[in-house]
Amino acid sequence: MTYIPISPKERDAMLETIGVKSLDDLFEAVPAKHRFPKLNLPPALTEMEAMNELSGLAQSNENVRSDLISFLGAGMYNHYIPSVVDHILRRGEFYTAYTPYQPEISQGTLQAIFEYQSLMAVLTGMDVSNASHYDGATATAEAVNLAYAQFRGKRKKVVISPTVHPQYRAVIRTYAQGMDLELAGDNANADLDSQPDELESMLDVNTSLVIVQYPDFFGRVYDYTKLIEAAHAKGALVCIVANPTALALFKTPGSMGADVVVGDGQPLGIPMWYGGPSVGFFTTRKNYVHKMAGRLVGETVDNHGQRAYVLTLTAREQHIKRERATSNICTNQGLIALGTAVYLSLLGKKGLRQVAELCYQKAHYAAQQLSQIDGMGLCFTEPFFHEFALCVNRPVAEVNAHLLEHGILGGYDLGQDYPALKDHMLVAVTEMNSKEDIDTLVQVLSEVSHD
Amino acid sequence: MINTAPAPEINKNGKMTPKIVEPTLFDLSSPGRTGVTMPASDVPETALPSQELLRSDLPLPELAEVDVVRHYMHLSKFNYSVDSGYYPLGSCTMKYNPKINEDTARLPGFLFTHPLQPIETVQGNLVLMYQLQEWLKEMAGFAAVTLQPAAGAHGEFTGVLIMRAYHKSRGDTRRTKMLIPDAAHGTNPASVGMMGLQVVTIPSDEHGNVDLKALEAACDDTVVGMMLTNPNTLGLFDEHIERVIELVHGCGGLMYGDGANLNALLGIVRPGDLGFDLMHFNLHKTFSVPHGGGGPGVGPVGVAAHLADFLPEPLVDIVEEGDDETPPLYGFVKPAKSIGRMKAFHGHFGGGFVRSFTYIAMHGPEGLKDIAQYAVLNANYVLARLRNTYRVPFDRICMHEFVAEGRFEGSDVRALDISKRLMDYNFHPPTNYFPLIVHEALMIEPTETENKDTLDAFADAMIKIAEEAKTQPELLHNAPSTTQFGRMDEVKAARELVLCCWLPEGYDLNQ
Repeated sequence: MTYIPISPKERDAMLETIGVKSLDDLFEAVPAKHRFPKLNLPPALTEMEAMNELSGLAQSNENVRSDLISFLGAGMYNHYIPSVVDHILRRGEFYTAYTPYQPEISQGTLQAIFEYQSLMAVLTGMDVSNASHYDGATATAEAVNLAYAQFRGKRKKVVISPTVHPQYRAVIRTYAQGMDLELAGDNANADLDSQPDELESMLDVNTSLVIVQYPDFFGRVYDYTKLIEAAHAKGALVCIVANPTALALFKTPGSMGADVVVGDGQPLGIPMWYGGPSVGFFTTRKNYVHKMAGRLVGETVDNHGQRAYVLTLTAREQHIKRERATSNICTNQGLIALGTAVYLSLLGKKGLRQVAELCYQKAHYAAQQLSQIDGMGLCFTEPFFHEFALCVNRPVAEVNAHLLEHGILGGYDLGQDYPALKDHMLVAVTEMNSKEDIDTLVQVLSEVSHD
Repeated sequence: MINTAPAPEINKNGKMTPKIVEPTLFDLSSPGRTGVTMPASDVPETALPSQELLRSDLPLPELAEVDVVRHYMHLSKFNYSVDSGYYPLGSCTMKYNPKINEDTARLPGFLFTHPLQPIETVQGNLVLMYQLQEWLKEMAGFAAVTLQPAAGAHGEFTGVLIMRAYHKSRGDTRRTKMLIPDAAHGTNPASVGMMGLQVVTIPSDEHGNVDLKALEAACDDTVVGMMLTNPNTLGLFDEHIERVIELVHGCGGLMYGDGANLNALLGIVRPGDLGFDLMHFNLHKTFSVPHGGGGPGVGPVGVAAHLADFLPEPLVDIVEEGDDETPPLYGFVKPAKSIGRMKAFHGHFGGGFVRSFTYIAMHGPEGLKDIAQYAVLNANYVLARLRNTYRVPFDRICMHEFVAEGRFEGSDVRALDISKRLMDYNFHPPTNYFPLIVHEALMIEPTETENKDTLDAFADAMIKIAEEAKTQPELLHNAPSTTQFGRMDEVKAARELVLCCWLPEGYDLNQ
């Protein structure tokens, strides 16, 4: 009876109105031999006991705020989250509302999503944004769906840079299983130094979409303008998977000519939360709005002449189009998208640029210091943002175990995904890392190199 | 409260200027204001890369903290929510979300752990995920569970991929048809469409069950399986469920359960015991993850033993057995014939798994059965109160919800009008126009977290509205009239397609 506000007396009165004798009598349609199974679950906890148990579990983790100094990124980043963000997300008016299908009593959610769409369009330099997808990986897979639909399934090739996040590429492979698509370029043994030019040679008139990451998985920043021109010359679309913090500093994918820009919004004020939920942003050009999956909020007026917002172009979606819909998606990451909008409105024009520059400065200081350690060095020479590949010349697992003993969460082991990058670590540095943190990392790694 | 908004102004070009109730973030922006100041850099400066690689302008709003807080507080007041009132939205299970969930989900040990940390440093997270997998298996009668899918529709897609992979692994490649009842959610056929499979629609019979004759005729060796919501979207438990499953299995198909309506079955019956081969859970419906204004959801998938090898990677398992002194070590494993990865990382851990774990732990086996029993009690009570006023086309003891017709003989009042009028009585409307097999459908799901007074007040309002429909239909056609916002011009929204805020003049997005 934990959260059930009905007294036994009220229950009996209700049963009488219904015309049955007991609660059990309501379930006669259920096959008798399987009815009322005995569930083998632990007995109920009170709130106090539950809080103790959950606190115990949480405390048995080592977290990156009080236990560990983190240099781990690879798709999820430790950034500062201003207090206001969670205060807004804790408003019951936002988090206990449903999808805004009744616009008269959902203008809070609708206007907030409309503003989120606007913020993402500004950040990426694109015309329009949808109301969001599950995460960066599934948003990228939805770009494949868009391109597939745009060419009515006739162009059967998607060119993917091997320097797109390995898990994003894995998700695309899963999504593409029923689609009769060729995924070119998705090769862990590709020459990682010759990107993105190598992709140009794979383009042909059968190509629907080219996918590249910005900065790429190794943190490198490329201007994709030339690649995009080459893709457009073959009639193909281009999707850029972008880090949103980087977009405060580097030129926009929109200005390079991208057709779709997606990415994970987690760096924008969302806790890492052991991997989710985050939010996948999806922005595109006006021409592709009707092929874009997901919810979309548009401006209108109500019958009092007030500016208002509604879910629009819903005829694209699954509940109307059913099996002919581009995608089956029927949620957006509403509350998380709200979180990113609050974050962006707080940081604003100056704050976000500051965060991006801090990441850049600290990552470059770290790279410079680390590359001076004997036997270590940077793998690549291209400009980078807040992540870089470091050669540590011995198994990364070994190095990270040593770092962990010193309370440092080391970088991602690139050898897991790229055989050529065995003994290479992807180091991420954000505004959360002080000079002291970085100097500690350098010192401990120097010890490793002398062992 | 009567809306007191003044009439819209007509500008000199004869165009209407809408009245702005709450300005957007961009309207509110004023150059030079800042909401958050970041610390100065504490490292020696590195030059930025060449100018061609940088963006020249970042036209985000400029606001102070108080501006931002007030803006969102104003917006919050325009929302109806479970915390503020009754939300009988059929098929959505808008139950009360316990507040402790908000606190457990935000424990620092959960908030600030990175998904790629070494498993030794996140045993708390992994134990929680392992336990949740075990509990979901036990509650629904399955052999294995993946927590990864991000929402119900994502779980369905996962399920269809698993069904396809299963048949393929047996060399059974002729199966291209998925059987789906006419009452199904739109996501079912859409998930199948994404796989390039063909949908065969199975009608319902006059009692709201799957039409057995039609099903029998459709079952052959080209059937991948059937996707069934049970209780179905009419809120009815299929009276021939065992026969339905027998027919599907008989032709070599797999039985998929859409777990949208699992709230009615907790401790009542386990879908796995009935013969379902796989099913997705909606943790945001059944296990109190709040709906968040449209997400995030959480859509784990449970499977019977013969499908366990096909689950997406990764699953949580014990990777080193413990002994008297050391606890077991939990880690990730990849199923032998896995369909692959459904999203990045491990699923909606913080927002989803922690809240549901808290909720299940606080209920235990008896409490879970209470949930289903009282959800069904409440639905039947409202049905009993309304069946003499509204036509209920498939009228028998319902499960957690029921569907009535929102129309009256000789009246032009529609389900939409009734829904909008309910707002004037401060209730959220039921789901309307779904399922498609009921005319002017009003789908009502009270959930177990409403008391008798609320249910009575709702039933009274529905009865009064039915009376108004006869005597003052304009009240319904013009509803809502007491809310801040009235009915929307949806055609204008779709035709003009304004999808972004006004931006500062002269700003070129492609700069």
